[in-house]
Formats: sequence, structure tokens, C-alpha cells
Amino acid sequence: MSLYLRILMVVAALSLSTLFFLPMWKIYLEAPQYPEGLELHIWINKLGGSSESVLQNFNILNHYIGMEPIHADSFAELKYMPYIVIFFMVTGVIVALLGKRKLVLYWVLLLAIGGAVGVADFYYWLYKFGTNLSPEAPIKVPGMTYIPPLLGHKTLLNFNALSLPAWGSIGIFLAIVLGGLVYLLSRRKINST
Amino acid sequence: MEVLGHKIKTIAPKLGVMCTLLAGAVLQGCGGGEGGQKSDTVDADAASAIYVPPGQHDEYYSFLSGGFNGQVSVFGLPSGRLLKIIPVFTQFAENGYGYNEETKAMLMTSHGFVPWDDLHHPKLSRTDGMADGRFLYVNGNNTPRVAKVDLTTFETVEIMEIPNSAGNHCSPYPTNNNEYILAGTRFSVPIDTDKAGMGDASIDEYEDKFRGSISFIKTNEKDGHMELDFQVLVPGFDYDLANGGKGPSEDWVFFTTYNTEKSRTLKELGASQNDRDYLAAINWKLAAKYAAEGKAKEMPANYYHNIKDHNSHIAKSNVIKKVRYLLPEECPGMMYLIPAPKSPHGIDVDPTGEYMVVNGKLAATLPVFSFSKMQKAIENKDFDGEVNGIPVFKYESVLYGEVQEPGLGPLHTEFDGKGNAYSTMFVSSEVVKWNVKDLKVLDRMPVYYSPGHLMIPGGDTKEPDGKYLVVMNKITKDRYLPTGPELLHSAQLIDISGDKMRMLLDFPTVAEPHYAQAIKADMVAPNSVKFYKLDENTHPEAVKKESDAKVTRQGRTVKINMTSIRSHFTPDNIEGVQVGDTVIFHVTNLEQDWDVPHGFAVMGANNAETLIMPGATQSLRWVPKQPGVYPFYCTDFCSALHQEMQGYVRVSPRGSNVPIKFSTGEKRPVPPAQASAN
Repeated sequence: MSLYLRILMVVAALSLSTLFFLPMWKIYLEAPQYPEGLELHIWINKLGGSSESVLQNFNILNHYIGMEPIHADSFAELKYMPYIVIFFMVTGVIVALLGKRKLVLYWVLLLAIGGAVGVADFYYWLYKFGTNLSPEAPIKVPGMTYIPPLLGHKTLLNFNALSLPAWGSIGIFLAIVLGGLVYLLSRRKINST
Repeated sequence: MEVLGHKIKTIAPKLGVMCTLLAGAVLQGCGGGEGGQKSDTVDADAASAIYVPPGQHDEYYSFLSGGFNGQVSVFGLPSGRLLKIIPVFTQFAENGYGYNEETKAMLMTSHGFVPWDDLHHPKLSRTDGMADGRFLYVNGNNTPRVAKVDLTTFETVEIMEIPNSAGNHCSPYPTNNNEYILAGTRFSVPIDTDKAGMGDASIDEYEDKFRGSISFIKTNEKDGHMELDFQVLVPGFDYDLANGGKGPSEDWVFFTTYNTEKSRTLKELGASQNDRDYLAAINWKLAAKYAAEGKAKEMPANYYHNIKDHNSHIAKSNVIKKVRYLLPEECPGMMYLIPAPKSPHGIDVDPTGEYMVVNGKLAATLPVFSFSKMQKAIENKDFDGEVNGIPVFKYESVLYGEVQEPGLGPLHTEFDGKGNAYSTMFVSSEVVKWNVKDLKVLDRMPVYYSPGHLMIPGGDTKEPDGKYLVVMNKITKDRYLPTGPELLHSAQLIDISGDKMRMLLDFPTVAEPHYAQAIKADMVAPNSVKFYKLDENTHPEAVKKESDAKVTRQGRTVKINMTSIRSHFTPDNIEGVQVGDTVIFHVTNLEQDWDVPHGFAVMGANNAETLIMPGATQSLRWVPKQPGVYPFYCTDFCSALHQEMQGYVRVSPRGSNVPIKFSTGEKRPVPPAQASAN
């Protein structure tokens, strides 16, 4: 594998580091009383938002419909996800050093599966919070559940919810695309030599 | 001098006749029952000039004093929309100011708790001679005080009592970089320099024993606290209004005086005998220098300085026991007197700092004095004797000129920064525009009725923003739908951007605005605090999570440290209180979002409610007098479940054995949904 491709592979591995600097997913809420909007930011290791107290404000709104309060502590994922990302970064660099084309493929596939599992897990939580409602909720709308959208937009009572991947996810996307590119380009190299 | 005296003597009777005529006209207009002359001076496009569409913001904040309500009201301009009322010297049951435990100390004075004052003059803090939008200073006239409002929170954060003063009218005037806030006394009183404060004297001894005082308050903007540096004990006149110099006259502040006759009774006659009173000129820099160089003597004093802490929101009083003073007769070059038409009211220095306009309310002309001529007269010692050791200038040697026939009863003047001045005429009920250089009247606009102060944003600074003028009228009569004998006062907004004034808007104001200030909204709005951070709350009785809420008894005092969040109190069931206990509710609002205050009120409380801003803690004292179960509730509609935000305190007879007990919610297998504070 050429030096150029190895460097590209290192870039692919390191691009995952964006997850440490930027949130990977954002849920936007908009309502008549919230002209400025409320944003919940999901990071690999924490929950944040458009302001420090956004989680409290989400929970206050959610308690009317009996949704369980959301706390960072409730999600074991936030504890081990950073290690998974570090694992992928380290192995990605090792793959680049070894320069084995097969390993690149495995790395990319594993990362893609990891990403998919992450998205599925995210949906599981949305479903859990959106449907596991307290029977003592002050506001009960028969048959209504409050599963926020996984991707895109949905109306939940007076709220307009919008869910989109954020810049942090670009890191995963880049890692997969660049890794895939390394895999494809290295084949062409082999063919041509 | 004699010329002027003669002029006034000949005009005075005419003036009297005109007043009578005017009064008659006003009465007749009122009797008609119809609206005033409404449309003749209002342009067809006036509505669009003041229209601020729904959801959009005004261009200016304006701060209008409330006079006898002791408050400041904040209006948006040009819409005239009321944005807020800021309680300063007056208890405000609406939010608990002056009633709750945290703010009571704000209203403490050497006379005890004084829950009211007469608030006349707001002045914005200054940097480089311009309003900087950080603080608003206001005076309390009746029990002499100066207060500071923080414009990030629009709350009163500091009140300082002024010793050796009575009727703190001539106040508060900031110098161009907020070095000092000057506060002059309206009523002179006997000042006993050996004992603290006002001395005892027969009122007959006015001439010999009564003195005025002008206080020099350091602003110390870095640590944010006022400090009375020293006072100048001035002759026993009435000091009415003041205005600071600019540019060349930056070191000077000018004060109008009346009752230079030193009359002690029936002042409406007694104080109107001399044909001239004085404009006092004080070199504040020199005064500060004298004080720093040891010319100041110290005398005992007794005055309160109340400061509200930024993080705990608790006001604390310091009692200060001494004050330094200067005597003008011992400080050459510090103070001069300029003869001015009798009983002048406003003094206004133009933006260049060269012209001082004295609004002689009983005079037929409007004299304009020249600062450069004053400097020359000082150099040439061009004096006409002295009063109490203070040199008096010759009128002509400092006079620039007089505006002829400006109108009747000039009270106040402001400037547009384009070389023009605008003066209110109380008696002829008009605003008059005139040119400062050639002293020619350019335009007149009738206003309804009898204007007092007028205000142009920055019109008292070196760079006025000459777009709008707000005139504050003393008489309302038929301008709005009638509301019984008591009417709101009226302000009018005038467009002064063109050659001719254009009447744009009438709007009712709160109580009696005397003076006002205005500033571009973008100097203030970006700094406005949305809520207090719970992390920064240092109130000793704050509880920051529901699990820390508690009820404790110490002797006959029961302390309830509770929390509020949409939409419940913790605890909301309380038992173990007895008749006659002093119960103090320390309520912490756990919300951390904009515009989610929670109120707290309990049945039978002898004070008021208290309104708690997000992140803050406020405390309400309550002494139950009968056994029973007393509800308490949130008074500010906070959410769809606001009506449910309530609780009960059980009050048992004195000596009963009901233990202290408190809770929120019932324990069940499936815990109820609760917003947690974590």
C-alpha cells in the first residue's frame, strides 16, 4: 500500500476524533413559547444543548406527559462509547501502519456496523422514552406516544421536533468513506502494478 | 443688572394677566368635554413614524422618573410602549420589593424604614461624556437618597442616604466619566458640624444658621459601589437643578439657586423678592483636589448605605458615621455665583460646553451665559461683590445673550446636536425651538398641557441624538378617556429631525415623570440578564435541589427552605407550625430558563407576595395568628399546571404537640412523574 494511501487511512482513523469536539446528533424543539428553540445535543460521552440548563428544561416539558426525566447517568452508552471510538482510531492507525488491504475492509465494515448499532440504540432509547409514560401523567392523550423522530421532523402536541445528525457524525461518515476509498484505491493500484 | 430688574418689573404684571387668560382658556376647553385640539398639528403619516410592528423592538429605551410613586418606568421609543416599572424607593407589592426579607434593607435610612420617596431625576452613567448604558442613577427627594439601578437586571442595587441634606432635588448629576455623582439640597437646614447631621435652631435664625450642601459621591464603578467622598457646605439658598459642563467646561458643574433672599416662610413671595438669584458654578475637579489635599474637615454623621449583593440578592445596610466637608469661603477658585433671572429652574449646558441656558421660570427672556466669558471674568476678577465669601460675577460680563420672547414660564432646555435648543414653556404650554448661536426662535409646538421637563436621547450630553423629543406634561385633562378625578400624566413624542417639529404621539405615563433619559436599545439590550444561574446563587438559605428542602424549628421561628419548579413546591405539605410562630419561607426558584418566575403567597400574610426569578432565593415572613390549614400558591402563571402549584401549612394551637413534618408527593410503587432539579 502506498504511503499516500496509508496517510489517507490515518486521516480516516483520526477523523473520528471530531466526535470528541462536536455533538453527533441534535434534536431541535420548537414551540410557540420557545421562539428561540430548545436544542438537545447528543455527544459520545455527554448530553448538552443550546444552553447549560437545556436538559432540565426538556425534562420540565416532558413531565407533563409523564415521560421519565432524561439524565446523562441513565445511559451506560455515554460511558463506554468514547472507548469504542478510541478503539477504532487506534486500530485504524495500526491498519494504516500494517498496510493490509483486507484489514482496511474489516475496519470499515466493523465501523459501519458500529455506526448502525449506534443508530439502532439511539432509536431504542427514543422509543423507550416516547412510550414508557407514567400512568399518572397530568396530560394524557389516548393512543398518543411521544417518540421523537430519529431523522427528520415530527409534530408532538405543541412541539415541532426535528432530529438531525450533527457535525460530530461527519467524523464517522468521513472515516467510512475515506476507509472505503483506501480499500478501493489500493485494489486499483494492485491491478495496475 | 438694573436694566434686567426694570424689564422684569415691567413685564411681571403682563405675565400675570397672561396667566389668568391662559387659565381661563384651559378651563373653557375642559368644559367643552370634547378632545383637545388634536388633529391640527398631527401629520397624516405620524402613525407610521411611531409604528413598531408586533414582535419587533423599539429603537430606544427611555427611563421616565415616576415622581411621587418612587419608581422608574421604562418605555420603548418611538412606540411609547411601557416595558417595565422598576421599584426604587417604594415598596412594590407586585414583586415583594421592600416587603421580602432580602430587599427590606434597601429602604432603611437613619429615620428608620422609609418605604416611599419622590423620585425626580434619572441620569444614565457616563463614559467620555456619553451615556454608556450600564447604570441609571436616580434621586429620592423627600428623605434624601441617591439610588443606582443596574441596567443588566433593571433592578435597584444600591441606595445611599445623603446626610446634611433636605429635599434632595438638585440630584443626581454624573460628571462626564462618572467620577462623581453630584447631589444638591433643595431645602437648606441648620447643619451642626459638631454633632451628627441637622442641628437644632430656631427657624427665625435661618439667615445665620441654615446651610445647603452639595454632595460629591464617588461612583467606583469597578467595584460598583457609591461612596460619599465629601460635601461642600454652601450658602443657605434653595438649590434647584444642576447640569455638568462638557468639553472646555468639563471640570465645572452649574447649579440653579432660588431663595437667595434666605426667606423662611411664605416662600412663594419671600423667595421671589430679589430680581435675581444665582447660577452657582462649581469647579468639581478643584473641589476634589482641595478635599484630597486636606482642606476637607470631618464631621460626625449618621447615614445609611444599602447594597444588594449580586449573587445572594440580599441587601445589607452599612451605617456611616462621618462625612468630610469643604467650605467654599476657604477654597478660592472653587465656586462662583452668576446672577440669573429670579427663581430660575433648569440649567442646561449645550453640547459644545460653551453655553449655559438658565430657564428663569418667572423671566421674560431666556438668558444664555458664556463659559469663555466666565473664564475671562475670573481672570479679570470682574466681580460684583461676594456672598458668604463667594465671588459674584457681573451679569453682563458672563452673559452671551438673551432669547427674546421665548414664551412664558421656561422650565427646561435640551439640545439636538445640530446647534438648536428646545425649551419647555410651562405657562404658554409649548415647546420652543431656538438657535443657540443667534438666539432666534425657529419654531413653536403647542403641547398638552403645561410641560415640565423635556428629553432628547443624549440631549444632555456632548453628542445628542436629535431624532425624537419627549415632552412630559404636568396637566392631562381631556387628552385621554376620563378616569375620574385622578388622571395619568401625559407625555408627547415629537419628531425633531426636520426644520419644523412634528407631533407624533401622546402616551400616558406612570405617576409623575419629572425628567427622563433615553438611550439606543443596542447599548442596553444585549447585556440584559435572562435568568440567574443557580450555581452562582450564594443565598445562605438557598436549596438547590428538591431533596435538600427542609423545615426546621429554632425556638419560635420556623424556617421553611423550599423549592419551586413547574409546577410544584417542595415541600407542599407542612405541619408542626404553631400560632404565633415566625415562619420564614425561603423559596428558591430552580428554573433555569428565561421568563419563568414563580410567585409565592400565603393566606393571611401581612406583607405581600414575593416574585422569585429563576435561580434566585427570596424569603417571606409570616406570623399565623389562628390555628388552621393555610394554603400557599404560585402567583405567576407559570405553566399549564400553574393552578395546581399550591400547598398547605397546618398551623396548630400554641403549645400543641404536632411534630414538624413536611413532604411532597406520596410514595407509591410507581413514582409519579416529577421534574427533578438535578
